[in-house]
Amino acid sequence: MFEPVILKNMNAPDSFKLTAYLNSGGYQALKKALEMNTDTIIQMVKDSGLRGRGGAGFSTGLKWSFIPKDPTIPKYLCCNADEGEPGTYKDRAIIEKDPHQLLEGIAIGCYAIGANNAYIYIRGEFTLGADRLEEAIREAHAKGYLGNNILGSKFSLNIYVHRGAGAYICGEETALLESLEGRRALPRIKPPFPAQVGLFGKPTVINNVETLACIPHIINRGAAWFAAIGPAKSPGPKLFGVSGHVNKPGLYELPMGTPLREIIYTHAGGIKGDRRLKAVIPGGVSAPMLTEKDLDTPMDFDSLAAKGTMLGSGAVVVMDEKTCIVKGALIVHEFFHHESCGKCTPCREGLDWIVKVMRRVEHGEGKEGDVEVLLKLCGDIFGRTFCPLGDGAVMALRGAINNFREEFEYHVKHKRCMVNSEQ
Amino acid sequence: MLSEGAVKEINELTGKYANKRSAVMPALFVVQREYGYVNEEGMREIANILGLRPVQVFEVATFYTMYNKKPVGKYHIQVCTNISCSLLGADHIMDFLSQRLGIKVKETTPDKRFTLSAVECLGSCGTAPMMQINDRYHEDLTKEKIEEILKGLK
Repeated sequence: MFEPVILKNMNAPDSFKLTAYLNSGGYQALKKALEMNTDTIIQMVKDSGLRGRGGAGFSTGLKWSFIPKDPTIPKYLCCNADEGEPGTYKDRAIIEKDPHQLLEGIAIGCYAIGANNAYIYIRGEFTLGADRLEEAIREAHAKGYLGNNILGSKFSLNIYVHRGAGAYICGEETALLESLEGRRALPRIKPPFPAQVGLFGKPTVINNVETLACIPHIINRGAAWFAAIGPAKSPGPKLFGVSGHVNKPGLYELPMGTPLREIIYTHAGGIKGDRRLKAVIPGGVSAPMLTEKDLDTPMDFDSLAAKGTMLGSGAVVVMDEKTCIVKGALIVHEFFHHESCGKCTPCREGLDWIVKVMRRVEHGEGKEGDVEVLLKLCGDIFGRTFCPLGDGAVMALRGAINNFREEFEYHVKHKRCMVNSEQ
Repeated sequence: MLSEGAVKEINELTGKYANKRSAVMPALFVVQREYGYVNEEGMREIANILGLRPVQVFEVATFYTMYNKKPVGKYHIQVCTNISCSLLGADHIMDFLSQRLGIKVKETTPDKRFTLSAVECLGSCGTAPMMQINDRYHEDLTKEKIEEILKGLK
């Protein structure tokens, strides 16, 4: 049985308070880090093999190493807490139940890159989470874990909470920066990358909540300990949020690389009503769906990429045999259409066209050739946009059509659904 | 006019950022709290306080869905209709609420108590189906549970 790392404090009474965090050994890693050389910390995070848990899976240590060393340039760390990928609810758990774990990770990260100001960009709907963070920051300030000369060192840090206001695109790091600067969240073209020109034009690191929550544990227990959990190229503990047609939906912390079958059938209790599995989205709705034949795939960045999909946020959405894939795909694409920021034509116009075609297919008004139209539109969007939103929408749709083309064709031909006769 | 306290709050918000303009988003939440929604008067006041052109505030307010550009009911019921909630019956939840309140999605009851909205994923997928009423999440919904919740609202 895997001993939880990130979720270990979650069930303690008042787990969100400083006293609970200190009782579990909290802020020892910060104390240790402040006595270390910053290059040593960055090397340690590199050696741990930690890869970004927001979805992209980039090496966290490497990202930190891109920040210029010049102490006269202000630098920033932004924590991406704009958890919005449908199916995902892991960061919310960390924020609401163990906010100090996140603050400690941020503090160590800021010390390593030389930042004295950090922002937590939290999605606007997480009111409870934002309140818990504000309170945790106050507690940490009062006890000298934040503020000036932290724990008697020369290092000073302020952490601010910035609430989003309901825009999925803010999870994209450059859109997040635009939003933090008080503008519409339109992604920026890269380069320049945020490590050179980020928030307020200064070098900036943007890390996901779960990524930062790993940091104190790496400092406490060592890079080798972390690197030994799960696959060598994609190590560490990972939060898997299971939802949909399972008996025990919930958040499970398991070693990276745990097979999808084990997550669904052992941890999440199998499919409701002993039905058969039809499809599963392994990493939030941008990740192309998999089917029963793929269930032995290890859940890590590289194994899922080899299957043509992605680990993304580790959000596992399970669909049983009664699910209409056309309807599911329409729900997902109404979402992408709604959330497209409108900056690039292929995404803005392409998704509008895609949902129009998908609506008529779903509602029994599909025309012959509509499936080809959808695939053609996918090709017109993919790789032609500033940010990955359009690509995510395309990957999801291609995944649905490639696996279940006959259902789409059936909708078009018979003007009704293949699985639910009442529709 | 914004209250003195609200103006002070907006001024203080600027201290969090290297750039005054960054305070637009939290300032819009202040305006929404004060007026019940984000109105033109409030947006102009923000522009004035932060030294921005009004359009720089309008463009932000219209981009983000949480800023209500028209008044909503005392209780704003937002039902998640994204994939995980839909798999577990979000459409039934929506139909039930719609029938129970006698309004369609995007409408407000004549007594201005309830507004019903469909929203995208709220990050509560392991406890689907779910809805948000004002700031609070209500999870693992059933019709019975919704009845209870509605009864509890004054």
